[in-house]
Amino acid sequence: MEKFTELTAIAAPMPNENIDTDQIIPARFLKTIQRTGLGKNAFAAQRYDDNGNENPDFVLNKEPYRHAEILITYDNLGCGSSREHAPWALLDFGIRCVIAPSFADIFFNNCFKNGILPIRLPREICDELMGDARQGANSRLTVDLEKQIIIRPDGNVVPFEVDPFRRHMLLEGLDDIGQTLAHDAEISSFEHQVSRAWVPSISMGTAK
Amino acid sequence: MPVSSSPRTLFDKIWADHVVDRLEDGTCILYIDRHLVHEVTSPQAFEGLRMAGRRLRRPDATVAVVDHNVPTSDRSQPIEEPESRLQIETLEKNVAEFGVPYFPLRSASQGIVHVVGPEQGISLPGMTIVCGDSHTSTHGALGALAFGIGTSEVEHVMATQTLLQKPAKNMRVSVEGKVGSGVTAKDIMLAIIGKIGTAGGTGHVIEFAGSAIRDLDMAGRMTLCNMSIEGGAKAGLIAPDETTFAYVKGRPFAPKDEAFEQACAYWRTLASDEGAHFDTEVTLKAEDIVPSVTWGNSPQDVLPIDGVVPSPSDFKDPAQAAQVQRALDYMGLTAGQKIAGTPVDVVFIGSCTNSRLEDLRAAAEVVRGRHVAKTVRAMIVPGSGLVKAAAEAEGLDKIFLDAGFEWREAGCSMCLGMNPDRLTPGERCASTSNRNFEGRQGPGGRTHLCSPSMAAAAAVTGTLCDVRELMKETV
Repeated sequence: MEKFTELTAIAAPMPNENIDTDQIIPARFLKTIQRTGLGKNAFAAQRYDDNGNENPDFVLNKEPYRHAEILITYDNLGCGSSREHAPWALLDFGIRCVIAPSFADIFFNNCFKNGILPIRLPREICDELMGDARQGANSRLTVDLEKQIIIRPDGNVVPFEVDPFRRHMLLEGLDDIGQTLAHDAEISSFEHQVSRAWVPSISMGTAK
Repeated sequence: MPVSSSPRTLFDKIWADHVVDRLEDGTCILYIDRHLVHEVTSPQAFEGLRMAGRRLRRPDATVAVVDHNVPTSDRSQPIEEPESRLQIETLEKNVAEFGVPYFPLRSASQGIVHVVGPEQGISLPGMTIVCGDSHTSTHGALGALAFGIGTSEVEHVMATQTLLQKPAKNMRVSVEGKVGSGVTAKDIMLAIIGKIGTAGGTGHVIEFAGSAIRDLDMAGRMTLCNMSIEGGAKAGLIAPDETTFAYVKGRPFAPKDEAFEQACAYWRTLASDEGAHFDTEVTLKAEDIVPSVTWGNSPQDVLPIDGVVPSPSDFKDPAQAAQVQRALDYMGLTAGQKIAGTPVDVVFIGSCTNSRLEDLRAAAEVVRGRHVAKTVRAMIVPGSGLVKAAAEAEGLDKIFLDAGFEWREAGCSMCLGMNPDRLTPGERCASTSNRNFEGRQGPGGRTHLCSPSMAAAAAVTGTLCDVRELMKETV
């Protein structure tokens, strides 16, 4: 996973609530067996017309937002399907940071696993950042994970909270499977607890 | 979690019994009892294992099915869509390489992962169950902690049989009283989502409680827990009781004989203690719940069937008002119109929400002696091969076929349109599935969520309508 330390980039405004993962990447594009290549179909239903031509009104089809690396939305971003294809599509498009008043749990979690920083901020602050993002060429924000601040185009600073463990993993670009496998002995001893004797094993022979 | 004498919730207890270790900041290594795998969210995880040279830690706690992509028509033919075929072949290669128990496409027991798990006794009370699918919450109906995860976490579970998690908050949704006739688990859940909103459960595990919940059979409980994610919750669960144990007993992978009795004794200890703390409490009166449908593009856009479509002017927040207008435009509806009487083109009865035998019986009861309206294409997609066989043994297939329904093979089908079962742009569908998002059932498709009996009523009348009115005519 790529590290996330500091990012200065164009922020795109998407002033909608409940942007679901079906919107971020429709189901028909989930047939891939790879993580990459989904960026061209991110937000496909809104981004393209029936003939596959770009819809000029959609924000990510406009300059400078074609180059956006930050997305600002309203409540409940990433609700619905657990598909990690949603953060994969955003990442493949170039998005490294998403800012909203609230996120759906699975999407929030999936972002961290892919080097995307999701930031929760109160609606009033998202309104202000939405205003910044609407400034076209002046919509550049700096997101500093080390210091946990966003620097707005006017130089004002917005602090944000992030889970310390997840912050550490992002800053270092760490794979958490490796971390967990360091606890292999504890996992093995848990597996052999007498109180777990009721949990049946499933064997290949018995599956019909 | 330290053992404490203070009253605990069902969630607290299952959680505590699965904590392997606790990291400094409170993140827990949570043991996973069952990992269910399907073709869409697993290929990248298996590939990750391979690239890192890691083994699958517990093939005997992992089960794979094909469901999302599979055709629901003739299965003697090869799968037409090359990408679907590749994804299914990739799963088959992976389960063979890693030794995962697998229900292949032509197995009599193949079906939707959230139907197959409980049906086979793979999912049991008191377990932690995960799957790379948000509707894993379904298995909470058994009194398990079951939730959806992304593909990175699928890989994490494959390699470690654990997840890194922090405990969720506890929410209790109580539904007290008796529901009226024609009111189903789906209506109860739509009413709950209408009340709490699609983000109401964020960060919480919902325990469903109250007399109306205890009265539900297991299929109804699964419908309810299934849509916990539509209320934003991490999981939904219901305390295991005699209804649960009777359901579990004798299932192929459930404990047998003495082991079953011992397991029941443990499962009986799991119910929330008197006085346990819930961070959020919501109560509904069963008598207030009526057959419902959704009008918009979020599951919280719920209307009683005698209701009218809202107007943007009902909302103060300009962003919300804009969203309502957008939903009206997308759905082809007018503010203030009655939802009943809206013509539908397609009826879909199926999905992990409503494709069990009880759901098909409820639909058949409405369909019996009637015919699908000429303007409607109606399809039944049973949740599993076993559900299909059981329905056929009861003659339900005949009722549906005589009425003009398509009677199909098991799979996710038109719930998300990954296989050829899709709406075309502008088509309107009464659907027993779980999401009415823009484009969910096919680009431009318009979805109205409802119960199997309401969907059946829409099929025979050709419009969204009150099943209670229709059934009055029968008597």
